[in-house]
Amino acid sequence: MSRIVVHGLEKSYGDARVLERVSVTAEPGEFLSLVGASGCGKSTFLRILLGQEQQSGGVVVIGDRPIVPEPTPQRGIVFQRYSVFPHLTALQNLLLVEDFRSGGPFGRVFGARRRRARQEAETMLERVGLAHARDLYPASLSGGMQQRLAIAQTLLGRPQILLLDEPFGALDPGIRVEMHELLTELWNEHGMTVVMVTHDIGEAFKLGTRVLVFDKVRHDPQFPSAYGATITYDLKLDRKGRASARDVAEVAAIVGTTRLDSAIATTAS
Amino acid sequence: MLARGIGAVQAEAGANTASPPPSVPKTRLRLINARVSRGGAVLLGTLPFAAVAVAYLSASAQRLAVNANDKLLPSPAQMWSAFFDLATVPDKRSGDLILWADTYASLVRLLAGVGLATLTALLLGIAIGFIPRVRAFLLPFVTVVCVIPPLALLPILFIALGLGETAKITLIAIGVAPVMVRDIANRVMELPPELIAKAQTLGGNSWTMVLRLVLPQTMPRLITCVRLALGPAWLFLIAAEAIASTEGLGYRIFLVRRYLSMDVILPYVVWITLLAVATDWLLARLSYMVSPWAHPGSGK
Repeated sequence: MSRIVVHGLEKSYGDARVLERVSVTAEPGEFLSLVGASGCGKSTFLRILLGQEQQSGGVVVIGDRPIVPEPTPQRGIVFQRYSVFPHLTALQNLLLVEDFRSGGPFGRVFGARRRRARQEAETMLERVGLAHARDLYPASLSGGMQQRLAIAQTLLGRPQILLLDEPFGALDPGIRVEMHELLTELWNEHGMTVVMVTHDIGEAFKLGTRVLVFDKVRHDPQFPSAYGATITYDLKLDRKGRASARDVAEVAAIVGTTRLDSAIATTAS
Repeated sequence: MLARGIGAVQAEAGANTASPPPSVPKTRLRLINARVSRGGAVLLGTLPFAAVAVAYLSASAQRLAVNANDKLLPSPAQMWSAFFDLATVPDKRSGDLILWADTYASLVRLLAGVGLATLTALLLGIAIGFIPRVRAFLLPFVTVVCVIPPLALLPILFIALGLGETAKITLIAIGVAPVMVRDIANRVMELPPELIAKAQTLGGNSWTMVLRLVLPQTMPRLITCVRLALGPAWLFLIAAEAIASTEGLGYRIFLVRRYLSMDVILPYVVWITLLAVATDWLLARLSYMVSPWAHPGSGK
């Protein structure tokens, strides 16, 4: 397991600065929740960690070396949309992981290795409660089932770091609670470092061991994009779910959420 | 307030059950919402065909009534006998059954030309769409080649490649390939970046991603592309056959034009149409078979 060190990170698109002076260190096994107002750059930060985008300045180190500027199996990702491959059934989606890992000329494993992969895939389907949907295409799965499949697929890749980009943003509240439980269990089982971007403050406090708030500290009224966001709050939760109502309220005020009541309610329970 | 509202609705519902249920009022729906029944759809769909048939038959009957030797609008019986002869009576000179020899020659050219174009579109389209270096190298060129009118190249092809099969097949391939290449490249560039990022986090390399992600996701579009390309392909085929050929459906039509043989031309046009419709249907079936995921509601 490896720690993530981000130091002096900056990201600009042309003249518009999105992130500035972002520095944070995450220990192995931590669960970081990233919150902030819409468009504050938290998803950009996640995409930089993923390697899908490159920073304009600063360093990101995972383990003891700077990150490779392209996605690698070291970091797994679950997106809100397009999280699984639509042309493969649930089982095939999971088998694809071993096929990709083998890297052979056919992009497919055969024989004993395929049988092992199949067994592992079926166990994982069972684990996330999708055994009955193994031969269905993602288009006929519900949103929650698709996300469960996406998480299963990513975990089969055995990433050191799991990146989640608003993974439950499009789900119904009831399904979301189910997904929280599943994710917490899987995190306890696998012990990887998790970095999750979310809009839902309650979710951030409920799942995370640490909540990072992205916000702009400097404003230029003549040129709003002159300054970027940085981490303004870094709340380590001593034990999971033990955030004080005051913390939640403060974070909610920064993010400007209208879901403050629900946020406090979820964390208090 | 909400609760009272619900109560009121329930009370009303209760009152309704006592009295006979109100009949559903017949409202005229908007034009865009009026649904067509299955039978109605069949009837409406047949109508244009029937209209053309009736118009032709009456015009033909009128002309033949005035002059029994009229060649412009032959009767169905005349057309059938001409067509039947071409299909079953061997040609005096060559001994071939003309219809089948023509059909075979044309289809071979069409398949070879479109096949070549499809292969090119798949290879170049995926390379241009997926690999930035190849895109920078080839996309401007393909974009320019796309706007050259293929028929303007026909003389060049005949001069460079001779009057044989190669020139005709090349014309079809050159005629349809550039557009197909661009279409496939666009489709590949439209792949959600999320899927490509995810494939990489699972260990995919450029080649295995082409095999397992790009190729299967491009398949439905490729087949659609071929279906659309078949129209222009027939056009180039018939043009090439009209100019230099000794057999083929297009050649035959332009040959008998000299004798005003509408009794051959019209059945040939119908025959070409049937062949085109059949190919299109087969390709649609192929798409369902190869990419069931892209056609939800077709089984799984």
